[in-house]
Amino acid sequence: MDTTLKINGEERVLQADPRTSLLDALRHHLGLTGSKKGCDHGQCGACTVIVNGRRINSCLTLACMHDGDEITTVEGLGTPEALSPMQQAFVTHDGYQCGYCTPGQICSATAMLEEVAQGWPSHASADLSGGMELTDAEISERMSGNLCRCAAYPNIVDAIRDAAGKGER
Amino acid sequence: MYDFELTRPGTLDEALAALRAEDAQPLSGGQTLIPTLKQRLAMPSVLVSLTGIEELRGITREDGALRIGGGTTHGQIARETADSFPGLSHLAGKIGDPAVRNRGTIGGSLANNDPSACYPAAMMATGGTVITNNREIAADDYFQGMFTTALEEDEIVTGVRIPVPQSSNYQKFEQPASRFPLVGVFVARFDGRVGVGVTGASEGGVFRWREAEEALGSDFTPEALKDMSHPADGMISDLHGTAEYRAHLIAVMTRRAVAAAT
Repeated sequence: MDTTLKINGEERVLQADPRTSLLDALRHHLGLTGSKKGCDHGQCGACTVIVNGRRINSCLTLACMHDGDEITTVEGLGTPEALSPMQQAFVTHDGYQCGYCTPGQICSATAMLEEVAQGWPSHASADLSGGMELTDAEISERMSGNLCRCAAYPNIVDAIRDAAGKGER
Repeated sequence: MYDFELTRPGTLDEALAALRAEDAQPLSGGQTLIPTLKQRLAMPSVLVSLTGIEELRGITREDGALRIGGGTTHGQIARETADSFPGLSHLAGKIGDPAVRNRGTIGGSLANNDPSACYPAAMMATGGTVITNNREIAADDYFQGMFTTALEEDEIVTGVRIPVPQSSNYQKFEQPASRFPLVGVFVARFDGRVGVGVTGASEGGVFRWREAEEALGSDFTPEALKDMSHPADGMISDLHGTAEYRAHLIAVMTRRAVAAAT
């Protein structure tokens, strides 16, 4: 079936079986291999993309459910010549080892800072009505959907804190 | 996955019409159903995607209760009930992880009735109501055992009504890999009554611990449950914990919830 997706600002028409996950559509049909398939069950977060401003697991949704939606993948955040602030912070702080989870980490962290800016509380927030400080505990809780089997977590947290501190995403 | 067709209706009426097809099944956020399809544990002929139906989303205040649309995500519930019903906000804010909470819905969770789902505990403790396209079902009648509900084939959970307690708290002992509760207990205190909903523990699915409700009704303190234990009969035994262990956790989690709610 035909599905129109607005991916990284560009309208793309996908012709695929309804069973195609958004992740498979991105990687195999549209050539955007930045998003990674880790577990394919919504547990690792390597496939995190931003749909209509919200981070989701692209392996846990069907591409044909997203007709007309705006999708941002790691390729849409920045380019090798002009990295996004979050991408640059990951490079600066060496926020990875093998790099497989990194696109998901960066998409997730980018959307997470937007959630914080909008005052969304987390389970780690002392005050549920907003105005939270982005402590390490807040960052860990808010990034709990993105696993890193190399355990580069300390540097990932450093990178996110750095990008957040500069008020950039 | 087995082959299926997918429709994306824009209204509830269109969705109900599409559901009349043989072996049609509603698809909400898909955070449970899509993994289930991948494992070939479900074989619908038609999936009726509910995510495009505006009227199923949103939270409104009704006389002493919250009315939450079935298509409302866990993330939205966590954010928008933080002031009006903090116990529910905490519950919703600890389901899965942020990406899952941005897709998964309360209607989908209640229709699936996983024996370890979180919302059923709150529904039972508060005396909530499940609202479908053609009737309203009290929580006590709605949950009928593991993955079994009072829903008919052609019914969609359009929303829920949850009475807002004076104070409440949800405590879950997480299975660390899945973050589902090994045992979860929701305690809700109203003027004149206390509700205790227990999830994750029983082979019969979510239930109310009525002895604890009675004891807490006259003395809402953890000490009121000091000498009380829950029997292990009918509790789940699996590689994560024995029936005895789960029974023990019920009392521990209930006391913690009461302490946190007072």
